[in-house]
Amino acid sequence: MRTDLLHAINRARANRRAIATLTPIGKDTAQVFQENDRPEGALGEALATAFRSGKPGMIELGGEAHFLNVYLPPARIVVIGAVHISQALAPMARLAGYDLTVIDPRTAFATGERFEGVDLVADWPEDALKQRPLDTYTAVAAVTHDPKIDDFPIAEALKTGCFYVGALGSRKTHAKRVERLVAQGFSDAEIARISAPIGLDIGAASPAEIAVAVLADIIRAYRRRALSGGAE
Amino acid sequence: MMDAADMQDPLYAAEVWLAEGRGVALATVIETWGSAPRPVGSHLAIDSDGNFMGSVSGGCVEGAVISEAGEVIATGEPRILEFGVADETTWRVGLSCGGRIRVALERLG
Repeated sequence: MRTDLLHAINRARANRRAIATLTPIGKDTAQVFQENDRPEGALGEALATAFRSGKPGMIELGGEAHFLNVYLPPARIVVIGAVHISQALAPMARLAGYDLTVIDPRTAFATGERFEGVDLVADWPEDALKQRPLDTYTAVAAVTHDPKIDDFPIAEALKTGCFYVGALGSRKTHAKRVERLVAQGFSDAEIARISAPIGLDIGAASPAEIAVAVLADIIRAYRRRALSGGAE
Repeated sequence: MMDAADMQDPLYAAEVWLAEGRGVALATVIETWGSAPRPVGSHLAIDSDGNFMGSVSGGCVEGAVISEAGEVIATGEPRILEFGVADETTWRVGLSCGGRIRVALERLG
């Protein structure tokens, strides 16, 4: 493999972008494909499957065996709100293999004692997301109930094409949120991407049960996501 | 920016080694049968002095891959290696006797 291709792979991984390599078996003439590259025919289909599943494997192209390797960024959950649900969600997400960051400007909530061992940012989402921007392999779960804190990251998640956008709140709260998003110019289709009320409908009642519902919702969105819009 | 944890990543290590002027080979698990210790796509990077990063098995076949890597770095000819995974590497009786892996080995740069 050429040095420039290795560099392209590493740059994509460092920047949390998906990338794939195709190598004829027994040769070292690799080709590199980005997530939006969509060649015709069997290769295009194989790439689409590989980018969705993250599973590399052998494929037959033009009667020749090839190895298709794929590198997906690890899925990440950004939780807006250092609340009781987030305290339960953090260890569950870790067990399920997802990176997780909690953001909350309210320093009474965002304490190391409440979130031991968790990547916690006690800052406004506006500032926190400037440092570490959202991407399509990131899920955003906004659970503060406070529009001053939740609205900005929800709008950012929709613009970025995050694979999941969920917002806590009653139907009434969400209806008001929708009005604000419409006023900001978001389309019905974009707004429909928000999972609200947040989480799978399993009748969750306690904070930990709601965390299960949210995590299951995120996993479903991730495993069934469409490519490059992030939307299901 | 690369830190110590990044250097344990075989592809980052390979890039750093190349930049330092070392010869580097990359081994990749391309197929597995039965219960294999590392999944398809796993990488092992090897430099011309036999330093290595990453893995293609649980440590059982790395030695063989590293010794082949020297020749691949010298000649530039890629190779396909096949290994049966020995029974003592299995976790439980009857789980993966006869597991096999296929590894592609190529020179980088």
